[in-house]
Amino acid sequence: MAQSLAKEFTKGLWAEMPPFRLVLGLCPVLAVTKSVENGIGMGVATTFVLVFSNLLVSLLRNIIPAKVRIACFIVIIATFVTIVELMMQAYAYQLFLKLGIFIPLIVVNCIVLGRSEAFASKNGPIVSVADGLGIGIGFTMSLASLGAVREFLGNGTLTIWEGLPVFSMGPDFIPFRFMLEAPGAFVGLGLMLFLMNLIPQK
Amino acid sequence: MREMISMIVVLTVLTAVSGGLLAKVQSSTEVQIENQVLKFQKAPAIKSIFPDVANDPIADRFTVEADDMKLQVFPTKLSDGSKAVAFETKGTGFGGPVGLMVAVNLDSDKVIDVRMTTHAETPGIGTKAKDDLSFVSQFTALPVMDTNFNLKGSGGVIDAISGATVTSNAICLAAVNAKEIYQKLKPEIIKQMK
Repeated sequence: MAQSLAKEFTKGLWAEMPPFRLVLGLCPVLAVTKSVENGIGMGVATTFVLVFSNLLVSLLRNIIPAKVRIACFIVIIATFVTIVELMMQAYAYQLFLKLGIFIPLIVVNCIVLGRSEAFASKNGPIVSVADGLGIGIGFTMSLASLGAVREFLGNGTLTIWEGLPVFSMGPDFIPFRFMLEAPGAFVGLGLMLFLMNLIPQK
Repeated sequence: MREMISMIVVLTVLTAVSGGLLAKVQSSTEVQIENQVLKFQKAPAIKSIFPDVANDPIADRFTVEADDMKLQVFPTKLSDGSKAVAFETKGTGFGGPVGLMVAVNLDSDKVIDVRMTTHAETPGIGTKAKDDLSFVSQFTALPVMDTNFNLKGSGGVIDAISGATVTSNAICLAAVNAKEIYQKLKPEIIKQMK
């Protein structure tokens, strides 16, 4: 039991890391990773939604009729997304201003619905929470790492929280602004996929 | 038949419970969100409209009421001695309500400036209205009482941002609302300003 729990948790961190291995949920990955801070914020919001929607879907999996399961999943997911949105407005308004429209869009993020449909609706609540947590943390790490690459090249800084750079190249650094634009996100993601695929999978 | 009933019951119960939960969360975060909006949306908008006034319009804010209308008013005094107020109105945009901070000179009844505040518009398209001040500067110095604040296409005087007509229209709607509110509440505002 403990072994399978650990397995479900760790698979999200590498073997099924959402944007890189599954290549799912690319909309927020490309859109919000202008800085590490945005990446982490988006990742944490998605993780919260993943964990709780997985838990609820898994608890209700024997009650939800198969024919309306997608509608039920969406209701559950949308509820948690709205909670995240309200909480972020109440306690982290600056982050909310930066992530803006992409928070409500978590509802249609295929990772969240994908975990409900492919995993939580077939497994018990504890394993589902482990799965959601693993995938969520993997997603957060992916967003943060892509955000780090883009922010470092495009702005010469690394920002963890509230606009305060923990690392800065100083005024002599000539930023590569292209990385902060949308095409830079595609190029950055492509290069990271390339690097990850250089590492052989078992 | 049994399956049909179970589908209806499950979906109904699920949506009702989630609706109830969200109402609870919404009501418990309402005050906190209101404070955050004041701090991060309204205050910067007011500061940018009134860059150097003697008082703090945020701290001096008051609420006026008339005919079941309630309005939060941010009062100040301009450098030429005339009184001015700022208040927020809403219009409906592409992604929901769009807030507009409108500042009016109480003595001349002219718009001083407007700023877009809360919104859920498309980044890079609708948000131009907030980032590019040349759109909102069209409202400057228009007389509040007798200007048609609609877009030129609807008989008004405002040029829309190309590609962002819905957002432009939302701001115009908010300005039209502001006109209506101002006409109704002006006597009340002046009474409380003393």
